Amino acid sequence: MDKIITCINCPVGCRMTVTLSDAGAFVSVSGNTCPRGAKYAEQECTRPLRVVTAVLPVPGSETPLSVKTSSPVPKELIPEIMRLMGNVSVSLPVAVGDVVVPNVLQTGADIVATRELFSL
Amino acid sequence: MTDQHVDILIIGAGPAGLAAAIAAREAGVESILILEREKEPGGILRQCIHNGFGLHRFSEELTGPEYAKRDVDHVRQLGIPVRCGATVLSVSPDRTVTCVSPEFGFSRISAGAVVLAMGCRERPRGTLCTPGTRCAGIYSAGTAQRFVNLEGYMPGRRVVILGSGDIGLIMARRMTLQGAKVLACVEIMPYSSGLNRNIVQCLEDYGIPLYLSHTVTDIHGRERLSGVTVSRVDENRMPVPGSEIRFDCDTLLLSCGLIPENELSQGAGVELSPLTSGPVVSETLETSVPGIFACGNVLHVHDLVDHVSSESFRAGRAAAAFVRASSPPAPVFAVKDGPGVRGTVPQKISARPAEDVSLMFRPDDVYRNAAAVVECGGAEILRKKAMIYTPGEMAVLTLKKEVFENLPDKVITVRMEGEKQHG
Amino acid sequence: MIQSENMFQSDILIAGAGITGVSLARELSRYDVSVTVLDRGEDIAEGATKANSGIVHAGYDAKPGTAKAKYNVLGAAMFPSLCDELSVPYRKCGALVIGFDDKDRQTLEDLLQRGRRNGVKNLRLLSREEALSAEPSLNPEITCALDVPESAIVSPYELAYAMADDAALNGVRFLFDQEIRSVSADPGSGWRITTARGDLFRCKVFINCAGASGAALHNMISDQPLQMTHRRGQYYLLDRSPAQPFTRTIFQCPSAMGKGVLVTQSVHGNLLLGPNAEDIDDPLDTATTAEGLASVLARAARTWPKLSVRSNITNFSGVRAHLSSDDFQIGPVPDAPGAFEAIGIESPGLSSAPAVAVDLAGAVASFLSLRKKENLVPPRRPPKPFHDMTDEERAEAVRSDPAYGNIVCRCEVVTEAEIREALRRPVGARSVDGVKRRTRAGMGRCQGGFCSPRVAQIIAEETGIPLRSVTKCGGESLLLVDTVESFLKGGAGND
Repeated sequence: MDKIITCINCPVGCRMTVTLSDAGAFVSVSGNTCPRGAKYAEQECTRPLRVVTAVLPVPGSETPLSVKTSSPVPKELIPEIMRLMGNVSVSLPVAVGDVVVPNVLQTGADIVATRELFSL
Repeated sequence: MTDQHVDILIIGAGPAGLAAAIAAREAGVESILILEREKEPGGILRQCIHNGFGLHRFSEELTGPEYAKRDVDHVRQLGIPVRCGATVLSVSPDRTVTCVSPEFGFSRISAGAVVLAMGCRERPRGTLCTPGTRCAGIYSAGTAQRFVNLEGYMPGRRVVILGSGDIGLIMARRMTLQGAKVLACVEIMPYSSGLNRNIVQCLEDYGIPLYLSHTVTDIHGRERLSGVTVSRVDENRMPVPGSEIRFDCDTLLLSCGLIPENELSQGAGVELSPLTSGPVVSETLETSVPGIFACGNVLHVHDLVDHVSSESFRAGRAAAAFVRASSPPAPVFAVKDGPGVRGTVPQKISARPAEDVSLMFRPDDVYRNAAAVVECGGAEILRKKAMIYTPGEMAVLTLKKEVFENLPDKVITVRMEGEKQHG
Repeated sequence: MIQSENMFQSDILIAGAGITGVSLARELSRYDVSVTVLDRGEDIAEGATKANSGIVHAGYDAKPGTAKAKYNVLGAAMFPSLCDELSVPYRKCGALVIGFDDKDRQTLEDLLQRGRRNGVKNLRLLSREEALSAEPSLNPEITCALDVPESAIVSPYELAYAMADDAALNGVRFLFDQEIRSVSADPGSGWRITTARGDLFRCKVFINCAGASGAALHNMISDQPLQMTHRRGQYYLLDRSPAQPFTRTIFQCPSAMGKGVLVTQSVHGNLLLGPNAEDIDDPLDTATTAEGLASVLARAARTWPKLSVRSNITNFSGVRAHLSSDDFQIGPVPDAPGAFEAIGIESPGLSSAPAVAVDLAGAVASFLSLRKKENLVPPRRPPKPFHDMTDEERAEAVRSDPAYGNIVCRCEVVTEAEIREALRRPVGARSVDGVKRRTRAGMGRCQGGFCSPRVAQIIAEETGIPLRSVTKCGGESLLLVDTVESFLKGGAGND
């Protein structure tokens, strides 16, 4: 089974054809023009990963807190991570890099603050 | 009569202004002041909470606020004053700046050099002349971004995005992640001007359809938006009758282009280029008015903040050289756009540039396996081949400063060589 | 005005807070009488008053002997001192009516004669060379022009706000979001008016100034029903620029549908193109259309061949009320004693409004045997707009109020102090559009992209409502739907 994906590593955006096994496992890729493309294709077809960024409310602050996952996480977990964000409680003050949720959903990535918020 | 004199006055504490300040201080200028109208420095990066910034400069992918913090902290550490909440009202050709702030009142400041770093604004609906009602729920993508990322409010529940530039794509993802439903992204051109990574990560990841060669042709809703009509367009970008699709939505986000904010520049008598909507500059980033420099989005709209920073470092160094009266004499070379090239900056170059010169431009179409060629007097002085040149990504060509010693002519042309994808 | 539950009593009730209604309310506020003004909208000037060309016509166009002719000339003469008294921007920039052929030349001569009969001063026919010398950007194909030095431009909604404030200071009560459902004669005497909100109003005199709803209200009280045509006109509004193509307002020869597409500066230095004229069914349909806008451009190009809408910042449209008599209908309603009307107010309605108000107020005063008040509260002297201040004036303003130091609208240079002031006026703004039209915040080249979050915040603070209740123009026009928090918690997300 073949799948066509576009590489996102650089502006060329090579259109690659990925061959998958019947079970959906990555077999091979063609159409990439550099090794990074092949690596991306394999990851994308095995377990696509994304860095997730979001804003969440912080009591006592008009400005919400911007956060990110400290490393890319499996794409399919994004909806659940966002649902989790609804129940995260953060208190002031917050510094850049503060861990808001450690090891979110056992991915190995933390949700960390990307802006600082001061107490009033 | 002025209240104050500074050697270098910088308008804007976004990435451009901050970088210019850092470079000017590192070049030895002590007396620097940055004026910033927001309550905090950082510029537009404060609301760009997504990642993708800094890959070139820091070899790391940072979010906007993290990138800004690096320069804000550095400026603070260098002891360079930033006056926040201060709006500049005018800049005169003799480099007198008036500004106003609740804290400092009305100030008139004279400057040895001025660096324009005011950034850009978004095109409103009126520039498209989109017909329909004028209801609530229509925002430029950046205004919606401010509401969500800085104020903590959602502007709507069901969203259509007009324009597939990066801000529109980023907001498609942002609105979706934060709980809204994005129905479509509509783009009038046959290609997106946004980066491929954003098409994948902002639209495809969330199943948001991209309608190329389409535009919004009607807007419905008396008090609040209730829907939009989208039509396909032909090769002349005119709507095709009978192709209408109706989307029921309460929010329309417009991402239809950015315009450098040069109202203050015009007041200073700075010559603007109609191609970039920004000042005409030499390779030192000095404008047509001596001692007034421009960098960042106010000069030309960038895609990568890393390029804003390197350009602005250059402007800061040049402003420092100016106040120490060691600027190069008037520029002698004119840089022209050849076929396939739009809005090359700088437009002028000195006889003996102090540093290597970066020419930046956007191609007018997508070119694959093409070359950007720099010529002078019929001779080719640089050729840069690449697998792709695209309007969504500003191209940078670096000319070594030695090249300028023996050029046959005073006009330098930049052109594309290769086949246009869309003709 | 006495209030009892949902029942309000007032000597006089005016339907409509457009330029006609507020001018009349202001005139009546000079008398010892209670006046209430109702409007379906959330603010003053929500109908045609905010969506017209802003021209104070000289008065050559109206047919002699009509109410239009009479009131246009009388009203136009009142504008200079009225605008000075109320601090409303007004400028006598003059106008040209251009002609392209012999038929047009004849039309211009007819207008000249008509104008003279109506009492318009200084009208003069110009040769092609004189016209092109006066206005070099004109289409060189013109053959003749009518010079109208008396033509002027004004800000129609700012005039309406200033008149409303003046009326309110002198006791007039303005009530908004009050769409009238029924008007009927009160047994005894007077009128009963019910509104969509379920309120009941009783008054001795009812005055219909309801613009596009004028015929509908008339037909509730009179057995001589009126047919009203709703004529929509669309516009382009171009950015302010020091380099304007024309100094004067440029008209083309009028037709049966109206004065035609004009090219004019606005009093704030924008350029206006429009309006076209199309008859529509729904009097509240102020959408713009592709066809309408295209037709404006095509016709404006005849005046200005180098027309460019590159600097267009917005489009808008307004709906005017047109009666088949082709005239205003002003005065007592013959078969409804105690009811008066000023309806069918299309062009030159703005120019006529002050004069209509004086006459109609006089008629109502006679009917009710009213006495003039001995003391009037003088008009507000609003502070000069920061945008227009000199550096010294700006320095002084910020010294006296630091809120002048916070520039909220950078395109039009409008400060926080002025926005708060607009919300605190006697008939203050209540929405983003209300602030916009009073202060110009949001009317510039970025069309509120930068300032609307800030303006919304100030509105929330001044009016004591949460940010998510702030509207663009009242009713359901909320800016925001909910907080990020609510969406994340799943309470306010997708359908």
